[in-house]
Order: sequence, then C-alpha cells, then structure tokens
Amino acid sequence: MNLNGAPLLEVEGLSKHFEDRRVAADRLRGRRAARLTALDGVSLTVRRNETVGIVGESGSGKTTLARCIVRLVEADGGSVAFDGADVLAADARELRRIRREVQLIYQDPYSSLNPRMSVGRAISEPALVHRLIEPDAAERHRAELLERVGLPSSAAALRPHELSGGQRQRVAIARSLALNPRMLVADEAVSALDVSIQAQILALLERLTRELGLAMIFISHQLSVIARLSQRVAIMYLGRIVEIGPTAEVFSNPRHPYTAALLRAHPTLELDKPRAPALAGEIPSPYHMPEGCRFHPRCPLVEERCRTVDPPPVDLGGGRRSWCHVLPYRSDQPP
Amino acid sequence: MNATTTVAEPLLDVRGLTVGFPTRSGLLLAAHDVSFSIRTGRTLGLVGESGCGKSVTLRALLGLVPYPGAILSGAVGWLGRDLRTASEKELRDVRGAEISMVFQDPSSSLNPVFSIGDQLGETLRVRLGMRRREARARAVELLERVGIPSARRRLASYPHQLSGGMRQRVMIALAIASRPKLLLADEPTTALDVTIQEQILVLLRDVQAETGMAIVLVSHDLGVIAEACDEVSVMYAGRLLEQGPAGAVLRWAMHPYTRGLVAAVPPLHPAGANGAVPIAGQPPNLLELPPGCPFAPRCPYATEACAAVPMTLEGPTPHHRSACPFVGQEAR
Repeated sequence: MNLNGAPLLEVEGLSKHFEDRRVAADRLRGRRAARLTALDGVSLTVRRNETVGIVGESGSGKTTLARCIVRLVEADGGSVAFDGADVLAADARELRRIRREVQLIYQDPYSSLNPRMSVGRAISEPALVHRLIEPDAAERHRAELLERVGLPSSAAALRPHELSGGQRQRVAIARSLALNPRMLVADEAVSALDVSIQAQILALLERLTRELGLAMIFISHQLSVIARLSQRVAIMYLGRIVEIGPTAEVFSNPRHPYTAALLRAHPTLELDKPRAPALAGEIPSPYHMPEGCRFHPRCPLVEERCRTVDPPPVDLGGGRRSWCHVLPYRSDQPP
Repeated sequence: MNATTTVAEPLLDVRGLTVGFPTRSGLLLAAHDVSFSIRTGRTLGLVGESGCGKSVTLRALLGLVPYPGAILSGAVGWLGRDLRTASEKELRDVRGAEISMVFQDPSSSLNPVFSIGDQLGETLRVRLGMRRREARARAVELLERVGIPSARRRLASYPHQLSGGMRQRVMIALAIASRPKLLLADEPTTALDVTIQEQILVLLRDVQAETGMAIVLVSHDLGVIAEACDEVSVMYAGRLLEQGPAGAVLRWAMHPYTRGLVAAVPPLHPAGANGAVPIAGQPPNLLELPPGCPFAPRCPYATEACAAVPMTLEGPTPHHRSACPFVGQEAR
C-alpha cells in the first residue's frame, strides 16, 4: 500500500493562550490577568514525505505551534494526531514514543548541545537511553550518523565549541536522526548561519528528508529558505494561518495581502526595487487582538467589513486557502 | 582645519587599514590591508560572513577596536586629516557628532533606566549645547522624523516598552541628532522582521536624501546590500576580495567568493534554476590562513598559483576590481 499521500500529522483548531502572572495587588483590585493569544485555531496537515514550511514574523505563533505539537507546551484547545494517535491525550509512555518519532531541531545548536559532552556521546546518547542500540554498537552507530550528515568520524571526539556553527547544526541534525524519527520539526534551523553555510544545511536537510522519507515542518522567517525546501507553505500572522498552499503557487501569486507584503519586503538581489515599504506599521500586540480580520490595521486593501468580520477561509482549489475578504476575489496582484 | 570637501574628494578615505589582535597562538589579523573610500550622500556596503572583519573595520574607523586589539597600520582619512593619529579628545569630538553609529541590537545600546526623552535630550544638550526646552522640542521632531507615532508621549517611554523596530528608530534618531556627515551602521536591521527591516532601510535612505550624509552599512545579507547600497566591498578572512558599484558586483561578480556568495542566496521563486548553491568547506580560521588568497581552500578554481596571489585589487575598470587575478578579470 502506498502511504506517501496519507497524512502523518493532523493538527486541528489548535489554540494556546498565555496568562501573565498577577501580583497580589492585581488580585486585590480584582484585575484580570493579561491574556496573550499565541495560537488561535490553527489547522495543518503534514503528509508523509512532505515538507511544510511555516512563515511568519516574530510573535506570529510559529514556535508555539512547533512546541504544542510535541507538547513541550500544553495547548488549550484543538487536537493533534500523529499517525492516528491522539498526541494531546497521550499518556507519558505514548508521549515518549511520539517524541521519539517527531524530532525538533532548533536555531542555535550551541545552546541545545551540552558543551561538556563530546559530539559522539551527544549523538549516541538518545539511542542508548531509548535502548535502540546496545552500548557496544554505539561507536558504529555514531560513525554512521556522522557520515550521514557529512562530518568525518573523527568529529566524534570533539566538543561543541571546537566546531563551527554549520558543523554544530550538522551534529544537532545527526542527534535528531539517532532515534529513527519519522518527522522533523526544524525551528529556524538555518537562521543563525552564514549564507554559504546555510545553503549547505538546506541541501543536507533536503537530501535527508528525501533519502529517509521523512516528513518535516520547517519554520522560518526567511521566505527564500522556505521556497528552497518546502512543497507547501503556511503563512502565519498573529496566531493564525492566513494563507496556505503549494509553495510555488503561493509565492508566485499570493492571495492574501500579508503574504504579498512579505514577498515584497523580502530583500532580494534585485536592484532598483520600489522605494516605499511594502507594509506600514508593526504587528499588533497579541494581548489586544484587532477586531475583525487581524491584519486589517496594516492592510492596504482594507474594507469596511474587514474591521468587524473575521474572514472565513476561501477555498481557491488545489489545496490553496486564504483567509481574506478581498484578495481571493480579485485576479490582479495586490499593491 | 579645512573642513570643506568638493564632490570629487572622498569624505572618508581608508588606506591599508590593518587591525590585529594578539592571541596565545599568534597575531590575528582581523582586518588586513583594507582600503575604501566614500563620498557625501553615498552608501557603501561592507559585506561578508561572520568573522570576516567587517565590524572590526567599522569600529577601527572611530578608534573603537576592543582591547587588546589595535590598528597596526594604515590611515583613516577624514576631511583631510588622519583619524588614526588623532588624540582621544579629537576622536571624542568626531564620534557622535561628525560620525555616528547604529548597532545591530538597539536594546544593548540604549540605557534601560532612562526614558527615550532623557537619552535624546542628553545627546542634544551635550552635543549641540541646546537648552532643556529646545532639546525637548527637537527630540519630538527627531522621533517624528524617524516615524515614531505619538512622538510626544513616547518621550516618557523606556526602551523595554518599545518594539525592536521602534528601538532601532530611536537609535537612528539619536544617531542623526547631531546631523552627522557619516553614519556607520553595523547590521542595523539584522534583528528585525522583514517588513520592519524594509521600513528602516527606507528611513535611512530618506534621511540620507535630506541631509546628504554618507552611510557605511555592514551586513551579511546580500539582499540588504542590494537594496541599500551604491557601492560594495566584499570581505573574507579580514581581506577585501572585491569592490565596485553594487549593481556590477551583484550582477557580474568577479571574485569566485562573491560569485559563490551570490549563488548561495536562495531565490524567492525557484523557477527551474537550482538556487542556494552551497560554498564547500568551512569558514577559515584566521590564525591558520594559507599564504596568498585566503579563499583558496574553498575555491572551485584554486590552483597552486593561488598561494602567491598578491591580494591587490585589479580589474578591467578602476571602479570594479577583484583580488583574484585568475577568474573574472576578462573585460565584459
């Protein structure tokens, strides 16, 4: 049976709010805790062998989404199903299994690798803890993993500080592969790297997901990196997905004004670009969500109903959806 | 001192700047024989990857090389004199007045315990000898100029109450308060989101158009360089590898490193072409550089002759030059 197209991860209506701590004086005054909305009804499906990119600016909720999926942060509402298993209801044992199969890769491998642990130990420890390998097989196991991520087996004896940023990220990737995961969640995994090294890591991730048949959620604020790696892309703004679809189509013909603005603002090697900024203003505070469409205070296409009515998803066919009152119904390019 | 400059004469003229740091394993040359010049109203980009020496070069211009580093040789020509031989007092008068700086992280350069108004006001009073009331009015003007909404109310805000983009706007307001002739900007938009980054780059351009100040912009991001700069100097391992007009350098890169850097940028629309081509190998260790060209170990065109490359910039035109005598020198 061919399972390539079957969904591996199904996120449905995921929500997460954070409440500020109230000091005693606030309680006495009966003041309610300030409530930050990080995720508000996010739905996303990731199929086997598929890389889904998630783009958004700081505060859009992309990292919270990644953390809720593996329950490093507990969601308030919604559901997450991994290969049919209910992640949010999983008991400790089940959760351990799920976390083994869904591996996170972070932006800064320097802070996610133990500085005192040799590279070799860092890589083989997860597999030893989960008893996937016997201690006497550890050396071969780590040599295989290092080779897989393009590092010499001699690197096993080094410590993280002896490696460059790109090499450290390779180690972090090797470590995430140690447990034979089925899915990677990479959160800004190449953002701290120089462009020549970034391209190396992108090529490595692409090769690994293809060779090992891994699904991946690739989170980045850099659209060009998403364009390079992901078949589908979800654009997030203030805790919601505002547009989703095949990457090439979304980037060549954006159907949400925020996507269009991001694409226009993205620095490219093109010279003589238009002088006016694509988007005025800043992302509003997630403590005080705008009424209606969340993007309306910054939107160049804003209409009256955008200020009051939250736009429903518009199905554009071919797996494309946009949450906008205006652009999906127009055929021209947004300003 | 004769402070008049004609258009043809560069405002800043850096010649053979070499900055060294003594280490236990020997002398590390963070910038090695770096030369560039910039004229009024122009923007020069210093581009390169982490550790290539671009920030150190920028700091050296104002005599701000962190101890135990020091400028070992070269000259920093500024309005007809050499800042390298200037006294500490003379440098203080230049810093923040004629030449000011904006850094990557505004939260570490703003004082967290003073309000925005206090910090702007102090600069205006100390630098320009303004009185309190006058300084306050000018501070509001400056905040409005850099696009901060409800500027008057914002004077009472503390840095932590502002977003990253707003803080960077305040930094720019501080930097342009004394109407400097030159602004040194070290990765000013790297910590910001793309839509905010674009706003800040446009703001810098607008201020430049009004005041005619020159800008030296340090960035690792070729996209930012393409957007903001008239001229580009490409640095690698402390060395200048290529120099020229931004359009020429990005479109017809001469040096194999610049070509690699341009090819490594992932395109937004991967239409057929296979973008984001990596440069093989690792960034160099500045203490173990090969003789000749420092890029040779990663260069696809490298031959034995690269060990004897003199590392001087040459080119078919005097404006666009590269340190590689073997690749890219053919006239277009």
